[in-house]
Amino acid sequence: MHVALVIGAVAAVVSAVVGVFTVVRGQSFAGHALTDVATTGGSGAFVLNISPLSGFLGAAIFGAGAMELVGVQRVRGRDLATGVVLGAATGLAALFLFLDTTRFATTGATQTILFGSIFTVASSTIPTVAVFSAATIAVIAVIYRPLLLSSFSADLAAARGISLRTVGLLFMLALAVSVGLSSIAIGSVLSTALLIGPAAAALRVTRSLAGALALACGLGVATVWLGVLLAYDSFYWFPNSQGLPVSSFIVALIFAAYLLSGLPVLRRRGERGRTAHGARELSRVGTA
Amino acid sequence: MTAVLDVDRVSVAFAGRQILDEVSFSINRGEFTGLIGSNGVGKTTLLRAILGLQRIDAGEIRVNGEPLAKRASSIGYVPQKVVLDPDVPMRARDFVALGLDAQRYGLPRRTKQQRALVEELLRDVDAARFADSRVGSLSGGEQQRVLIAHALVSQPSLLLLDEPLANLDPKSVQEVVALLHHVAVEHHVAVLLSAHEMNALLPVMDRIVYLTGGRAASGTTDEVVRSDVLSALYGQHVDVLKLHGRVLVVAEPGQDMKDIPEHSTLTVT
Repeated sequence: MHVALVIGAVAAVVSAVVGVFTVVRGQSFAGHALTDVATTGGSGAFVLNISPLSGFLGAAIFGAGAMELVGVQRVRGRDLATGVVLGAATGLAALFLFLDTTRFATTGATQTILFGSIFTVASSTIPTVAVFSAATIAVIAVIYRPLLLSSFSADLAAARGISLRTVGLLFMLALAVSVGLSSIAIGSVLSTALLIGPAAAALRVTRSLAGALALACGLGVATVWLGVLLAYDSFYWFPNSQGLPVSSFIVALIFAAYLLSGLPVLRRRGERGRTAHGARELSRVGTA
Repeated sequence: MTAVLDVDRVSVAFAGRQILDEVSFSINRGEFTGLIGSNGVGKTTLLRAILGLQRIDAGEIRVNGEPLAKRASSIGYVPQKVVLDPDVPMRARDFVALGLDAQRYGLPRRTKQQRALVEELLRDVDAARFADSRVGSLSGGEQQRVLIAHALVSQPSLLLLDEPLANLDPKSVQEVVALLHHVAVEHHVAVLLSAHEMNALLPVMDRIVYLTGGRAASGTTDEVVRSDVLSALYGQHVDVLKLHGRVLVVAEPGQDMKDIPEHSTLTVT
């Protein structure tokens, strides 16, 4: 139980931080593609008999590198490169999952890889998870300013001597690690939700990027912990004592949070500066 | 006194065309220079070459006497089109602050002086009233002011603007020109902006760089905007008419007029 809470919280924080930038940079598709690549890694890990975490992380990192190398600076080229890698990875994942379930008779491997099994994660993975998450947060902190400016305008960034290639590659690697970590927690298919959901909700409500990062982390951790608790409790809800999957709870809560962030009162708070400015503009025109 | 910008016989060719052919000119601090030429003539190429974003085939570009490598911090740049997403939570104030040190690694830590400088610049470009709004939700003109403040906050010696007056109504053009002139004088910054129409700039331009067919003539407007100089530049006879403080460059009927910026304008503002 404690392992689940720790792994979940760490995955949520890393996903939130990386997720905010992913949404800002418009790279949600690349993020999603990496989760499919992670699926390949996770299913391959069962075939090769290595730890799922290694499979998820290794595949995601390799996929990110491949996308950066194959892709170009133009948005369209990036999309195509992503799609190409995604197709290849998914095909391979299909093969591995077939092998997993038929030849190796690993029970529930598919469920675990795709949708996570946070209660069965070994506590031995905690050190690895801690190291990778600390490294990812550190990378984001280090490239924070160049990353921010290049997300707004490649021209402005290039004019300042910022290497768009370096920043782009480092960010993709951070994205890969984030996907790998949350795949362990809630499965590769659902890790998109943890990456994008809290970030998207936070971005609607806050007015500063630092605020968005803080709020996304808070939402991420809250939904994961609440999901874990609800899943744990659901063992007692039904007569056959089976319980419902954690990931489903978490994703449902993330979705609910996103819907809540759309409430008019919260949205207006996020855009308050503009509304006030709009009112001043109107009064100016009135007196002109 | 070293020139802030020294463009020395710069040539650039690509796509089978000689875009810039031994272009030379210099700019000093506090000078307001207009890079005038019709669309597609190579103004953006020249600006990008100055920024180090475009490879040059011959010649040299020096900023404050230094070659390319040290350029980044001494040039402020306002590109022509910057798409600022209204869904991204970044206030105008924060975007300007980002101009202080966006190329540095590590988390930002602003000193009190830096924050005061940001406030002062916001007031200077008349952006204080929407400093707390999301940059992406501002109008084009407001965004332009924020971009100018963003470029100025690192206290560059040269401010480059790529077609800042394009698509603006005449009143806005006047406002922006006045603002940039004020910036050049008050902040003692060399301002170089590209435009395809010189009339709006005539009142404040210290120097003009007139670009056509890859070649450039530079000097004061009195030195450059003359029939003999421009005819030599165009390689065909053109007449320069000055009327009501405006300039009109007219080619003879039957001549190829497509490269002449003002052949079709008769401004009465």
